[in-house]
Amino acid sequence: MSMKSSTRQVDGVTIVDLSGRITLGEGSVVLRDTVRDLLSKGQKKILLNLGDVNYIDSSGIGELVSAFTTSKNQGGELKLLNLTKKVHDLLQITKLYTVFDVKDDEAAAVQSFK
Amino acid sequence: MSADRVSYTLDSTLETVNNAEQTAGRMATEAGFDDEEVMKISMAVREAAVNAVLHGNAYDPSKKVTLAFERTAHDLVIVIRDQGKGLDASKIPDPLAPDNLMKTSGRGIFLIRSFMDVVEIHPSQTGTELRMIKHVHGNPADSKEAPQ
Repeated sequence: MSMKSSTRQVDGVTIVDLSGRITLGEGSVVLRDTVRDLLSKGQKKILLNLGDVNYIDSSGIGELVSAFTTSKNQGGELKLLNLTKKVHDLLQITKLYTVFDVKDDEAAAVQSFK
Repeated sequence: MSADRVSYTLDSTLETVNNAEQTAGRMATEAGFDDEEVMKISMAVREAAVNAVLHGNAYDPSKKVTLAFERTAHDLVIVIRDQGKGLDASKIPDPLAPDNLMKTSGRGIFLIRSFMDVVEIHPSQTGTELRMIKHVHGNPADSKEAPQ
């Protein structure tokens, strides 16, 4: 039920590999804490890899919006990578798909930050 | 026509939200919905449970959430009720409006309406009742898109 998060650095971009569920409670908190921690360390190029995120609810969507806005307000950039069909469809119906910068190739996504 | 009904009385906790979602998924699967429809139904119930637990009962341990499933020949009917102040549906902002698009909350009812065929909100001074219906496949005449 929970979500796992790990980070790695590629060419100055922090890739956050997320897996599990981003839902009200633990999942949303993990995402929030991870992004805030990165920003506080000055790591402001953030690529959220959602390839193993199999479920997201409205709280999780809200947390993605919050992460995007917080990063932007602190002079950073946050992009999404490898959306599953479920997450893609959710962002479509909530009209957020075009708000986020969504990528499906990691190398190209990393290059896009430069 | 056969009818099967089951109801649960649940605490106002996060665990209730997860249990409601899992139960809905099981009920929807047993009703014969495919995987995508099961996901939509269970997510609608999850969002309804979040509303009941957080916004309705505000995690008050003295207040309960009731969740009922009824399977008829044509529908899966799901009713979730809280003991809060009553939700005024007319005051729920449109999450797709440009001014609301980047808000971090307020999408729950929208998702419920997107995923279910019929959604009715019945607020009262003793709480809110949310009634959701998903039509069993092969029954398009009952679709909300069908002309009256």
